[in-house]
Amino acid sequence: MTTSRQANQNRVTFRRTIITLLVLVAALVIVVGAASLLGSERLPVSNSLCALTTLGARQCGLTSDQFDILFQIRLPRILLAAAVGGSLATAGAGYQALLRNPLAEPYLLGVSNGAAVGTMLALLFFGSLEWSRPLMAFAGALVATFAVYRLARGRVGATPERLILAGVIVTTFLSSIIVFVTTMMDATRIRSFTFWLLGDLSGANTGLLPVPIAVAVVGAIILTLNARSLNLLMLGERDAFDLGVEVSRVRVTIFLIASLLVGSSVAASGSVGYVGLVVPHLTRLSVGSDNRISIPSATLGGALFVIVADTIARTVIAPRELPVGAITALIGAPLFIYLLKRV
Amino acid sequence: MLLEPGVVTAVIGPNGAGKSTLLRSLNGSLIPNSGTILLNDKSLGKLSRRAIAKQITVVAQEAELRFPITVFEYVLGGRFVWANSTTWGWEGERDLEVAEAVLDETELHELSGRMMNELSGGERQRAVLARALATEAPILLLDEPTANLDLSHQATLLGLVRERCNSRSSSALVITHDINLAAQFADVILLLKGGQVVKTGTTQQVLVPDLLREVFSVDVLVDAHPISGVPRVTPVH
Repeated sequence: MTTSRQANQNRVTFRRTIITLLVLVAALVIVVGAASLLGSERLPVSNSLCALTTLGARQCGLTSDQFDILFQIRLPRILLAAAVGGSLATAGAGYQALLRNPLAEPYLLGVSNGAAVGTMLALLFFGSLEWSRPLMAFAGALVATFAVYRLARGRVGATPERLILAGVIVTTFLSSIIVFVTTMMDATRIRSFTFWLLGDLSGANTGLLPVPIAVAVVGAIILTLNARSLNLLMLGERDAFDLGVEVSRVRVTIFLIASLLVGSSVAASGSVGYVGLVVPHLTRLSVGSDNRISIPSATLGGALFVIVADTIARTVIAPRELPVGAITALIGAPLFIYLLKRV
Repeated sequence: MLLEPGVVTAVIGPNGAGKSTLLRSLNGSLIPNSGTILLNDKSLGKLSRRAIAKQITVVAQEAELRFPITVFEYVLGGRFVWANSTTWGWEGERDLEVAEAVLDETELHELSGRMMNELSGGERQRAVLARALATEAPILLLDEPTANLDLSHQATLLGLVRERCNSRSSSALVITHDINLAAQFADVILLLKGGQVVKTGTTQQVLVPDLLREVFSVDVLVDAHPISGVPRVTPVH
């Protein structure tokens, strides 16, 4: 009887989820504050914090240059980093549960590249229409998701290895399209483009910033609402079906939302790799595999992770910058190797 | 064919006879080309997934687990269809009570905090059964539940199913290759070949040498079990 009661107590509950999420939100607020103070231009700490707590309503003794650096340059970039990190980690957690594969990740599955191709096509053909970029990125991500899913599903079902192979095929195919389009561009755009492809958050200060933020929040909520179904899907599609999950409806929902999350973040910042792998893995290790807690934790953890990575990217060789994708890959690739050995 | 309360039906037949297809159709995951399946007088095709899962539960060979999960969480998975908005979709008191009760019933209490992949084959199959019982569905469909189990675990598992049918008037349909196990636990036997029902009836009516020879293409000896008296089938080479 005692063991059962212990198992019951260790179980993830609504209360525990709320407490965990509140702690993560608090951490996020602190990290946003700290990251906005760091950068090549030194800002006075107390004045900046004062201005931040009023959300920019008061200048708190900052010069107008300092105020602009804080609110026009750093904060939008930090918010974009949070949105991109949250989106990619949420999408990764969703793919992993749905595809029953701890290695599934938007970048490795080729979904990010699909979104990148979509964004490029939007730039080429509808360059003046800002809105076309996230929409085309979403379409590209969706096409890549279904392509990988179809390729990975053999007669014996999708094994982890087969899924990763399908991801490699889709990724390389889309990469060749990207290379093809890039070489058609003029030389001045190639560099900024290559930078963007590696994941670059410097284009944060645009009118489109609310899009990735809204998508991240809504996407995370919808995925969390499907978390209990995903818990059963992690055990197998047939099991989930037998226990009452409407498998095809949930699958379509996750694919759509994950593609939307990846599309909106790639359109805004290029392909930041490995976030969807590193973050859900770390959250599962610390809060368990119950998706009701691990998905929203991954969202907040992803936001934290990319803010930190981007702060490193823009300060470590200041005033020059690294693409944030280089930092996330530096952390992510070794972890992938570690996970591959365990699967 | 009819599944009645309190009755255990065993489905036997050679490989490819359509046993699993039958089970998948009864569960609503395959749609039959002809004929209808009624669940409490309503056509299965017209019912929602949740409505079916509240009435019918399946015990299959457990799929490979790729994420860690405790036995308790695994069994609680059976409460999915009973999720409601009063607990925000989380498990309520009643769900926990039911999970505790089926863990008692399947004697998994001691193991409930353990990880599923730490269990032995027999224990794991009992956990799969426990999860199915936790759904409280009155109809149990079992797809070769004993295929990987040793002698004592086979008897334990089917004993639990038998007990459920007796105590709660549940009905069970068990697909098995083990004719003698079927004879021991089932009230009704359904003999299938090539997608057709060859014979359905009590063990004494179905387990006769001529029928079995026709269906399995092998000579068999049928005698009475010395203790239980049910038919005992031995292939003769």
